[in-house]
Amino acid sequence: MAEYNMHILVCGGTGCKASQSELIKTNFKTRLNEFGLTDEIQVVLTGCFGFCEKGPIVKILPDNTFYTQVTPEDVSEIVEEHIIKGRKVERLLYKDPETKAAIGDAKGMDFYKKQIRIALRNCGFINPENIEEYIGRDGYAALGTCLSEKTPDEVIQMIKDSGLRGRGGGGFPTGLKWDLTRKSESDQKYVVCNADEGDPGAFMDRSILEGDPHSVLEAMAICGYCIGADKGLVYIRAEYPLAIERLKIAINQAREYGLLGNDILGAGFNFDVEIRYGAGAFVCGEETALIHSMEGKRGEPTVKPPFPAEKGYNGKPTNVNNVETFANIPVIINKGAEWFASIGTANSKGTKVFALAGKINNVGLIEVPMGITLREIIYDIGGGIKDGREFKAVQTGGPSGGCLTKSFLDTPIDYDNLVAAGSMMGSGGMIVLDDTDCMVAIAKFYLEFTLDESCGKCAPCRIGNKRLHEILEKITVGDGKIEDLDRLRMLSTVIKDTSLCGLGQTSPNPVLSTLDHFYDEYLAHVTSHKCVAGQCKALMHYSIDAERCTGCTLCFRNCPVGAISGERRAPHYIDQSLCIKCGVCFEKCKFDAVLIA
Amino acid sequence: MPKIKLSEKTIGLIKDVCADFGNQGSELINVLHQVQGKLGYLPAEVQEVIAKELNISVAKVYGVVTFYSFFTMIPMGEFPISICMGTACYVRGSEQVLAEFKRQLSIEVGQSTADNKFSLNCLRCVGACGLAPVVMVGEKVYGRVSPQMVKNIIAEYKEGCATESKSA
Ligand SMILES: Cc1cc2nc3c(=O)[nH]c(=O)nc-3n(C[C@H](O)[C@H](O)[C@H](O)COP(=O)(O)O)c2cc1C
Ligand code: SF4
Ligand code: FES
Repeated sequence: MAEYNMHILVCGGTGCKASQSELIKTNFKTRLNEFGLTDEIQVVLTGCFGFCEKGPIVKILPDNTFYTQVTPEDVSEIVEEHIIKGRKVERLLYKDPETKAAIGDAKGMDFYKKQIRIALRNCGFINPENIEEYIGRDGYAALGTCLSEKTPDEVIQMIKDSGLRGRGGGGFPTGLKWDLTRKSESDQKYVVCNADEGDPGAFMDRSILEGDPHSVLEAMAICGYCIGADKGLVYIRAEYPLAIERLKIAINQAREYGLLGNDILGAGFNFDVEIRYGAGAFVCGEETALIHSMEGKRGEPTVKPPFPAEKGYNGKPTNVNNVETFANIPVIINKGAEWFASIGTANSKGTKVFALAGKINNVGLIEVPMGITLREIIYDIGGGIKDGREFKAVQTGGPSGGCLTKSFLDTPIDYDNLVAAGSMMGSGGMIVLDDTDCMVAIAKFYLEFTLDESCGKCAPCRIGNKRLHEILEKITVGDGKIEDLDRLRMLSTVIKDTSLCGLGQTSPNPVLSTLDHFYDEYLAHVTSHKCVAGQCKALMHYSIDAERCTGCTLCFRNCPVGAISGERRAPHYIDQSLCIKCGVCFEKCKFDAVLIA
Repeated sequence: MPKIKLSEKTIGLIKDVCADFGNQGSELINVLHQVQGKLGYLPAEVQEVIAKELNISVAKVYGVVTFYSFFTMIPMGEFPISICMGTACYVRGSEQVLAEFKRQLSIEVGQSTADNKFSLNCLRCVGACGLAPVVMVGEKVYGRVSPQMVKNIIAEYKEGCATESKSA
């Protein structure tokens, strides 16, 4: 990057792209061209900066200026003021939510202060479509070190010493997995990268592939060297077109540079990577199902053992790792196992990337050291709960996980503590809920997902989850009985104990965890038919207080189904048989005349 | 479902795709991706041709097509509408948005309108959670959608002013 003296980084992550960041980039190029500055200033479309809430983001280096919510129309002003005259455009700078002071340097933002970026080290810094930039930031140095200075066993020992555990959900020690695959005798082995990212509401792996695809390719090659494989496969969701595109570009560039292909770096090591596409089945994230899917079959899981390390793709030993797991590898090699192991807690080393979403001010992608507390994540990094509402719970681990309540706000987050708290690390989805979220409805939401995604191979999961869902449905519409709560618990236990794969074995977790922590809320639904959060529409009843109603007709005009009637300047009335309980009348009424019961 | 007669051209196209993948049964999913990309959907008749070309049973092809939600056996509308039902969007109200689309278009998820203009589908996390709730029409992403905005979004495409739909 040396020949340019200024860089304009425009976020090209999915969220910002949806808000026209490509046009912003084009506009920058056009304006810079008019000023004859294209040789001095480089404009780059990068991967996700993480601060999705205030996208599109534009960052200017070297002074690290962080502009938020930039529109294509703002570009001229940034060029004329900041680039030409050296004056930062105040109105586009990030404002500290408390002091309201504009922050000129991204390092001063609370959002970034507590983060440590290892897996995301390059996201938002380099142009992911240019291998030179990756190389410029120590890219492929780790591969070089391994091939020229280390034996496979030494590398595996390093990974073991680092304490790295799989980031795909299970948390299996990565070094151990590599060792097992290395020890399986075979003429052919495979390295597989699991980029199926099925957890709805999570986009960590996608952001890594979009922002720094080479880090994954480099790690896969290192893995291939260690286990004795010359072929790598990335299994990626077809729903991620941008990540696929960038991965393809990266593979081609790596081949051109001799970093993939035959005789890599002259060390006599061959390794190449191919892409395989998922087709929208959550269960295919499970490694045995993923392997069947890559073989062109229905993605149904099979019993382990045999583990993929013994018998995987095409019946050959296969090492499956998650995208984020791979992204950590080159840094461990470059900086050493001790350095990595110095971050985190006793049994969980390094960092974890989380997709922070839901009722939080700073929705985005964060990478934090293991052992950080939920309070730090939510209040320091996340900027607190949206609209100043009350924190209720955080759901981690997606459809396989559970929720953490207020009492866990100060628990250090790592693999073991999350399991002890009745949830799990999962792949990194972190959904923040406030007092308007009904926990029964959330459990039902996840179960709906599981139902959709169950492959149907085994009965406990296929039928059991259906029954669970029916009971929850009953409860949310007010037909639940107190006995149903015990039934939920019993059924959940049976499903957990008897399902074949991880999907079924974990699918009742959201139910069990909400039952444990929010039993009162379930009870209110079944005994007094009340939803305290006000989310279960069927339990709500909208009416108009004739005393307060001034007959302004605002509700009448806004009701989408015409359920409201009444003369101007006379009290209005809601026809309960037509009302769909959308709540528009309640929101619109200026006189607090709409009552909810 | 009424039987569709595939044109010689379509059959040729399917055969070409299969040949590109060496007529290997193990490449079935890649073949389906390509064929759906070209034809838009995978009706039974298309599956029959694929089965024959790859030398596998139609049941196997059907089994795979129905297993994966990405594959569809019914044609999508001219403007496919997808509502994100990922968790982030769900907690920010995507259910109400979906309900409003269903009401406005009088169709259910997985169906198309009678004039084949719109079809309705659900997605799981588009990766734009910061913009939740998210709706996609074709390639264009709409963020922070409220039920009140639904009518206008549909109207954008009703009048044939679809040229902008590619802009985002
Ligand atoms: C139902 C189910 C879904 C899964 N989905 C994913 C996924 O989307 N991404 C992922 O990396 N691992 C997923 N896993 C975990 C994989 O089976 C496997 O453990 C992981 O890819 C191993 O990589 P790691 O050791 O690097 O974590 C899933 C497991 C189950 C049971
Ligand atoms: S537990 Fe569910 S997803 Fe897993 S094999 Fe059984 S039916 Fe399929
Ligand atoms: S949950 Fe809708 S975009 Fe992520």
